[in-house]
Amino acid sequence: MRWGRRGATAAAAPPLPRTAVELRDVTHAYGERTVLAGVSLTLTEARIGVIGANGSGKSTFARLLNGLVVPTAGTVLVDGLDTRTQVREVRRRVGFVFQDPDAQIVHPTVAEDVAFGLTNQGVPADEIARRVDEVLVQYGLDGHRDHPAHLLSGGQKQLLAIAGVLVMEPQRVVFDEPTTLLDLGNTRRVARVVDGLEQDVVVVTHHLDLLAAFDRVLVFEDGRVAADGTPAETVPWYVARCG
Amino acid sequence: MLSLYRPGTSLVHRARAGLKLAALAALGTGLFAVARIEVVVAALIGVLAAGLLVARLPAGVLWAQVRPVWLLLTGLFVFHLLLTDPLTGAVAVLRLLTLVLAAAVVTATTRVTALVAVVEWLLRPLEVVGVRPARVGLMVAMTLRFIPVVAERAARIREAQAARGASGMRLGLLVPLLIQVLQLAATLGEALDARGADDVPARRPRRA
Ligand SMILES: Nc1ncnc2c1ncn2[C@@H]1O[C@H](COP(=O)(O)OP(=O)(O)OP(=O)(O)O)[C@@H](O)[C@H]1O
Ligand SMILES: [Mg+2]
Repeated sequence: MRWGRRGATAAAAPPLPRTAVELRDVTHAYGERTVLAGVSLTLTEARIGVIGANGSGKSTFARLLNGLVVPTAGTVLVDGLDTRTQVREVRRRVGFVFQDPDAQIVHPTVAEDVAFGLTNQGVPADEIARRVDEVLVQYGLDGHRDHPAHLLSGGQKQLLAIAGVLVMEPQRVVFDEPTTLLDLGNTRRVARVVDGLEQDVVVVTHHLDLLAAFDRVLVFEDGRVAADGTPAETVPWYVARCG
Repeated sequence: MLSLYRPGTSLVHRARAGLKLAALAALGTGLFAVARIEVVVAALIGVLAAGLLVARLPAGVLWAQVRPVWLLLTGLFVFHLLLTDPLTGAVAVLRLLTLVLAAAVVTATTRVTALVAVVEWLLRPLEVVGVRPARVGLMVAMTLRFIPVVAERAARIREAQAARGASGMRLGLLVPLLIQVLQLAATLGEALDARGADDVPARRPRRA
């Protein structure tokens, strides 16, 4: 289905910058420390994986994509929108799921938390109720509507975090290590959810086997993209590189 | 007090949050104004009836709220026994007990969103001096959300330290906890941004 969709866009029109995330010579430094250096990329694929050693700049890269981090030099364009000046619009298009679900659930109970982003957008109450219900059913959380979020399992919390992002219907979702804190069963469950999304996704992960069916994988090394290609090309290269 | 909400459809559940909070405030004021044992006992019975019979809350839910103040109540009674008389002591203790139970009934039958909405409504007059009710409401909700999270992290650190032979080191707990809470807060700030919390002030009509 993803392949079909991608094929359709490619056939319908030449690739416009409108439908892509573009990084133009992006450099980012925290104080003195440069963590990304001169990265230029055009991201149009539906499934993009990001791998690399700890501290190689993956999370910084991920945060650039929705304007959580603004580059010290260079430009990031999401569908032609500059993350530096049009951050609000960019964030509506690009959802972000963090590693630690506890840090992104802001309301005490499940349904309230899912509604949070919609409330911020000023969506009318009855529409919020409808969309929240839909999403809760979709992620198997409808039995937990009024449950306190802190009583959910780790996997359920991550699904709640994902539900809270997807209810806002972004066009892309960036995941920063969504399965790192989860056990195998929950990792697979979250992976299935990510696979089933109709949105374009960028997934930063250390779970290499999740990337087998992805369209493209970027390997980061010391703030640069050291390899860029299909999983079949890049993952073995990265594994060999790790020794 | 946060995981307290018990979904239900009783009259108490369906009553408006503002009404319940107003009743709670009235009860508090009333019990202090009329310090008579028969009034206090009647109020206690009324609150228990509302909680157990009407709202059908399990007794454990109410007891969980009384347990932490049990010692305080006993101490208060002993204090009165020594300094005043048993009747005054009984009034003072039963009055506090009634209020704790009444608060438990309200929190157990009211969604946090509804309570937060009341807080926001109460703050509306302050908008003219620049208070943003929606922001305060969000803060209240987030406080309720993160109390158990922080408590859980503290427990985990305590376990980790105990596993390595430490015992009862209060200060030793504080530093790692503080670091974790700061990390949590940093990500939380980003998550709020990512989920559009910033959109709120922009959407509220500004008052001249
Ligand atoms: N807010 C910050 N302030 C200062 N330095 C930071 C900050 N965030 C990250 N860094 C540093 O930037 C470098 C790259 O960090 P980044 O989080 O992007 O790496 P990563 O590839 O996501 O690593 P990991 O696999 O451990 O998550 C690291 O050396 C890190 O210490
Ligand atoms: Mg990272």
